[in-house]
Amino acid sequence: MFPAIPNPTTEKSAARFGDKDLMRRSASTVTPPAKRQTEVAKLIDVSKCIGCKACQTACLEWNQLKEEVGVNVGVYDNPHDLTPNSWTLMRYTEYENPESGNLEWLIRKDGCMHCEDPGCLKACPSPGAIVQYSNGIVDFVKENCIGCGYCVKGCPFNIPRISRADHKAYKCTLCSDRVAVGQGPACQKACPTQAIVFGTKDEMKTWAAKRIADLKSRGFDKAGLYDPPGVQGTHVMYVLHHADTPQLYAGLPENPRISPIVEAWKGVGKYAGLALIGLTAAAGVIHHLLQGPNRVTPEDEENAEKLAEGGKS
Amino acid sequence: MSTHDDGSGAHLRVRRYSGSARINHWIVAISFVLLLLSGLSLFHPSLFWLSTMFGGGATVRWLHPWIGVVLVIAFLGLFLRFFAQNLPERTDWIWLARIRYVLKGNDEYLPEIGKYNAGQKFVFWSQSVLVAVLFITGLGLWEPGLAYVEGLFGFKATITQLRMAALIHAGAAVLAITIWIVHVYAAIWVRGTISAMTRGFVTGGWGWRHHRKWLRKEVGEGEVERPRVTPAE
Repeated sequence: MFPAIPNPTTEKSAARFGDKDLMRRSASTVTPPAKRQTEVAKLIDVSKCIGCKACQTACLEWNQLKEEVGVNVGVYDNPHDLTPNSWTLMRYTEYENPESGNLEWLIRKDGCMHCEDPGCLKACPSPGAIVQYSNGIVDFVKENCIGCGYCVKGCPFNIPRISRADHKAYKCTLCSDRVAVGQGPACQKACPTQAIVFGTKDEMKTWAAKRIADLKSRGFDKAGLYDPPGVQGTHVMYVLHHADTPQLYAGLPENPRISPIVEAWKGVGKYAGLALIGLTAAAGVIHHLLQGPNRVTPEDEENAEKLAEGGKS
Repeated sequence: MSTHDDGSGAHLRVRRYSGSARINHWIVAISFVLLLLSGLSLFHPSLFWLSTMFGGGATVRWLHPWIGVVLVIAFLGLFLRFFAQNLPERTDWIWLARIRYVLKGNDEYLPEIGKYNAGQKFVFWSQSVLVAVLFITGLGLWEPGLAYVEGLFGFKATITQLRMAALIHAGAAVLAITIWIVHVYAAIWVRGTISAMTRGFVTGGWGWRHHRKWLRKEVGEGEVERPRVTPAE
């Protein structure tokens, strides 16, 4: 068992991180804090998940969200996709393992991965709508969100959803409000099998290594940790029994990274675009300074008069 | 020296644009400028302050696409009005080959031009293409618009398509703004041009200097007004 996080005291305590700990702020330049907070992480051990959806319920409960009653289309996924209200979702995959001949039920708890290199934040045009704290949490700041959906395009994991009701983007906050007072996320608290554990990123890696050794001893020789380097690691990690084929788990990307299209759009594109516009305007000014206006001469007017006379006669 | 080259004075006046063409043009022009300002506010963080002119980023997010719809409809009007006069012809290549003289304002070395020269035709066709591209890619950035079009045609855009749409939309917008700067600059640099779009007239001399073939046609059709000046003046 992973040691449980003790319940908080009833004493009021100051938040453990805040604006002074911002590493990145969308559409803004911030000076990152001199000293980084210890990185936190949530570890989701897919091999221990029983698919009870307690985490989904706890998420709705803690964040005071309400999901609409949906329609059963014959799968366990409920709702069918992440929504502006469902920030986490159990995705069920039935997998027939060709090696063992076993039917495996792969259940992955989907949600924001809290990337170290967050594509949503880099795509966001609104100052301060997306922030990254030095402990690794990537959070949306509702008051600054304009609902443009650029974060959806920036995200390598297809996580943010735009609300049709208030036109704001929503996703898992890693329960930043709970973490700020020393608690783990609500989903972790609710998990009955400790498939979800929470702690510092180093602790989680150590714990994951134990779990992976255990899985390997049980014949899952491809078991491993999902902490994708393409986004410089994540603050939500998975223990997978088939870490060599993450796509098995409802399309978990094998090598996620910020799309080169998004990098071009939000990186070099911005500067090249403004430069081209600026240079064209400057060319106009310079041309006018050197060349002077192109004026109609009195002779032109006379010639036109003559032409008109000729035309009349 | 001519002090009456704005089409208001004693010179021969030639009709260049009808009232409805001018109204059409200015609807496009105003919506273009609004799109430019609101679009740039989301293009680069240093320009986000432009969104305050529209009441903030959230307003820009829904207003920009609707201004776009206005522009597309109005631009279609301009396209239908002007495309026949913008078809390429042989003199366009001569004009382009002599672009050096164009930039020097040596119109006497240029062939006689119809209603539009090759530069104006370039602006017309490139903006036509860019408006179409901006409209289609803009749908990818406009959630309700996209949902409507997806429902209409029964498809679902992929995330790669939406990312490409965002990139192409930004690139096409930059090109459209660049060509718009050329368009506005040309209208300022070639004095006597702006009255064509404000009051609908240019002077005969302007026509003689820049669009002689067009002037000959207008004279032939009697589309010129005599000077209102009296001999005593």
